[in-house]
Amino acid sequence: MVSLTINNKKVSVPEDLTILEAASRNGIKVPTLCHHPQLTPFGGCRLCVVSVKGMPKPVASCTTTVSEGMEVTTSTPEIEDLRKLVLELILSDHPNDCMTCEATGSCALQELAYAYGVRGEAYPGERRVYAKRDGNPFIERDMEKCILCGRCVKVCDEVQGVEALDFTYRGFRSKICPSYEDDLDCEFCGQCVSVCPTGALTGKQWARRGRYEGVREVDTTCPYCGTGCTLTTHVKGNEIVRVSSKPWTPNEGWLCVKGRFGYKYVSSPDRLTKPLIRRASGEFEETSWTAALEYTAAWFKKIREKHSADAIGGLSSARCTNEENYLFQKFMRAGVGTNNVDHCARL
Amino acid sequence: MMQRNNIEIRVCMGTGGVASGGTEVLAAFRQEVAASGIAASVKEHCSTHQVGCRGLCAKDVLVDVAIDDEKVTYQFIKPDMVPRIVKEHLLENKPVDEWRVGEDYDRFNQKQIKVVLADCGRIDPEEIDAYIAIGGYEAARDVLNNWYPEEVITEIKQSGLRGRGGAGFPTGLKWELGKKAPGDVKYIICNADEGDPGAFMDRAVIEGNPHSVIEGMLIGAYAICAHHGYVYIRAEYPLAVERLKRALTQARERGFLGNRLFGSNFDFDIKVKLGAGAFVCGEETALIASIEGQRGMPRPKPPFPVNKGLWQRPTVINNVETLANIPAIIRKGCGWYASYGTEKSRGTKVFALTGKIRNPGLIEVPMGITLREIVEDIGGGIAGGKALKAVQTGGPSGGCIPASMLDLNVDYESLARVGSIVGSGGMIVLDEDNCMVNMAQYFVKFTQEESCGKCVPCRVGTKRLLEILERITKGQGREDDIERLETLSGGIRNMSLCGLGQTAPNPVLSTIKYFREEYEAHIRDKKCPSKVCKALLVYSIDEKLCKACGSCLRACPAKAITGEKKVPHKIDQAKCVKCGSCFDVCKFKSVMRD
Ligand SMILES: Cc1cc2nc3c(=O)[nH]c(=O)nc-3n(C[C@H](O)[C@H](O)[C@H](O)COP(=O)(O)O)c2cc1C
Ligand code: SF4
Ligand code: SF4
Ligand code: SF4
Ligand code: SF4
Ligand code: SF4
Ligand code: FES
Repeated sequence: MVSLTINNKKVSVPEDLTILEAASRNGIKVPTLCHHPQLTPFGGCRLCVVSVKGMPKPVASCTTTVSEGMEVTTSTPEIEDLRKLVLELILSDHPNDCMTCEATGSCALQELAYAYGVRGEAYPGERRVYAKRDGNPFIERDMEKCILCGRCVKVCDEVQGVEALDFTYRGFRSKICPSYEDDLDCEFCGQCVSVCPTGALTGKQWARRGRYEGVREVDTTCPYCGTGCTLTTHVKGNEIVRVSSKPWTPNEGWLCVKGRFGYKYVSSPDRLTKPLIRRASGEFEETSWTAALEYTAAWFKKIREKHSADAIGGLSSARCTNEENYLFQKFMRAGVGTNNVDHCARL
Repeated sequence: MMQRNNIEIRVCMGTGGVASGGTEVLAAFRQEVAASGIAASVKEHCSTHQVGCRGLCAKDVLVDVAIDDEKVTYQFIKPDMVPRIVKEHLLENKPVDEWRVGEDYDRFNQKQIKVVLADCGRIDPEEIDAYIAIGGYEAARDVLNNWYPEEVITEIKQSGLRGRGGAGFPTGLKWELGKKAPGDVKYIICNADEGDPGAFMDRAVIEGNPHSVIEGMLIGAYAICAHHGYVYIRAEYPLAVERLKRALTQARERGFLGNRLFGSNFDFDIKVKLGAGAFVCGEETALIASIEGQRGMPRPKPPFPVNKGLWQRPTVINNVETLANIPAIIRKGCGWYASYGTEKSRGTKVFALTGKIRNPGLIEVPMGITLREIVEDIGGGIAGGKALKAVQTGGPSGGCIPASMLDLNVDYESLARVGSIVGSGGMIVLDEDNCMVNMAQYFVKFTQEESCGKCVPCRVGTKRLLEILERITKGQGREDDIERLETLSGGIRNMSLCGLGQTAPNPVLSTIKYFREEYEAHIRDKKCPSKVCKALLVYSIDEKLCKACGSCLRACPAKAITGEKKVPHKIDQAKCVKCGSCFDVCKFKSVMRD
């Protein structure tokens, strides 16, 4: 443990912490844009600068580790001026698009601009213009809104292990791109979308479905596979308008393409919402759950009486949860009376 | 035929020499010498070979003809001149006086002290035996067999050698930190990225004496106990890369690289990694990322490379010139080296002297020499009789020193005091025809384009700096632009992550400091006092002087000039594109430029 002072407050923290982490553990907020607690430090936005006694220049708190006796001040008039300058510079190259932007209300840049009252008018100049739209099916990549914080690059590498994105070009033309500036063609897990602090990365299917007005968040478990990630569905009326996941879930907020983007079936008109029984004519006939289950049970019984229980086999799915698979084998063994039970993952 | 002990013909074949036809000159000498049969009459040694750059590339192809102890240097040699030199000088012992270098060549060399470049113009850089013959690899042999690593470190510390890559960090101290850093795998890297525009010091060293760099690395590796080395060299230096690779192969063949070197227990080898010409990859952490196969982007320090460098292992990074000093320091002793230079800046420094100077070239001078000695004595003063305005040092990270400070000593402290830096050794001489705003704009354009894009102040800040400078040079500057430049510069300097961004505003700040009135003239009067900024020039024809010859009318690409025989011509300002053709072409000096 090392002791230091942050804004004259004595604090004691483990020695490998950054100043930013030490501050946040002690309830002191430092503005950040490129930092993400689940990713390695980057140090690009420079908003998190603080003043450290004895240092000639402000230091980036997200990349500087604490040391014994350090005296940190997180806000001085000079530091705030420098932060404003950085925000001015970012906004000087940013479309003034909050009105129609999907990120409004959950955009870290918008929030900081609001907090500092910065409009991006102090250093007007050229803006990056990218007319071409990425043709991939899932992720809208509006690189004009990208602040090059590098989070998407890091998450894709450090969390997903895919390395589909990186910085390209240099200077003002620097840009985050898939190789050869092709359309994104990756796993479409959407981790990058989830860590993007701005509206540069959004889900294509989110567009104009709802941002925060009338949108409720409902936590649930992803039905796609046995991992059982915890999802947060954003529901407007009775429709899911996007899916996210929170960092403190067992899945740490990370999802796969199905969990994140495969939610349209929920309100699909083709979805079966009532059981169907195929009658002798070959036609399906809507029925109730009770009726359907009784019908199935009756058939099981009939088969068992005529051919013994071993004439019945059960095949479960690796996509079911552990609990569901447990129940299924129990049902087969204790209910039906056979050990003929297996699942797809053995193949 | 006369009896001689030695004949040596040295043809300059650095990049400059090769570009001027050195290869053909060498071939011509070989052919003529062979045909003359002179070798038979030489008692000990007769050789015709290439050498590296000796500094004054403007006079290439330079050729030394050394007979016994008498050396004659010829300039501007072409292959067809070779037979006469062989006939008259070698056979008849009458040097061809009219082709000899002049007084300025001697003056160019007089105040120089060559340590790093000492053997560059002397030995064949592609022959390891030539290096061995002048005592090469003796320092390494001695160190590996008879010195403790700590003794090497002490020796280098006492020599006072400081890193020549730009920051001037004491080399002995860096090695000591590298030695003390815990870890069984360590690396030493030679930084040969040399990305400053106009700089070619390191290229010349590798082209002219690659083994001195290898030997320096070997000694450094021994001092810090590293067994693996890398040379990170830009691919745009094909000749240097080729000579370096050849030198490495030769050193390996002789057992100077590999295992159990010089009969000791020490193993060391060097790999070459080519850089793709990004200025930022010269920054040490970006360089490491690049070797690791990542995009060359700097990362925050600490941790410093000496603790966590290549592949997270302790890594010492040294510049080419720094390393090339090492064998000489070991051979001749730290006291000898420290006898050159000033209290805090010891030894010599190589500079690439360019700009409006009479003798541009590569020079090596003792630290503490005055700018005046460099400009007036070595450089021969300003070309074309114009007045000196300033000297720019340190390239895009450096600043300008006005002519009034010409007696300033050239060392780390003195240059820093006036707002510039020694840097890696770029030195551009500027005269009254150089516009300081335009020059600041040139360097900011460079750093902006080379910014890695990682941090906002550098990526966007330098772009805005550049835009403000551009509008000033276009006559659209605003009253508060100087203040805006200063605020923005301060922010970029304080907030950028790496040295590139932190120093990018220097050319702006130092020109504002010393040449504020030039900025004001551009902004307020919409005039460029040096008549460089095109948009601010107005071309007009003085009716009284115009002889109506029609030359300007024919020369004008924009058809902006009207006039007929005997009627003074006129320029339509709305059509004029300010190309200056009329100004250049008018024999009666009747075209005015303001
Ligand atoms: C933008 C930038 C570019 C640099 N380019 C070079 C270079 O081309 N060559 C070099 O030796 N050092 C360069 N440096 C300095 C290196 O980071 C490093 O300090 C140096 O190689 C250390 O060697 P030395 O101690 O021998 O000087 C550069 C630094 C910065 C910030
Ligand atoms: S990304 Fe943020 S700041 Fe930019 S337009 Fe969208 S909401 Fe506004
Ligand atoms: S969707 Fe997933 S795999 Fe694709 S770029 Fe984003 S993080 Fe990488
Ligand atoms: S796309 Fe988003 S996450 Fe990626 S660098 Fe740009 S702003 Fe950051
Ligand atoms: S200062 Fe410039 S070159 Fe250095 S890390 Fe920042 S953007 Fe990259
Ligand atoms: S400066 Fe060029 S364009 Fe203008 S009048 Fe002269 S020749 Fe024509
Ligand atoms: S949060 Fe520290 S630099 Fe961006």
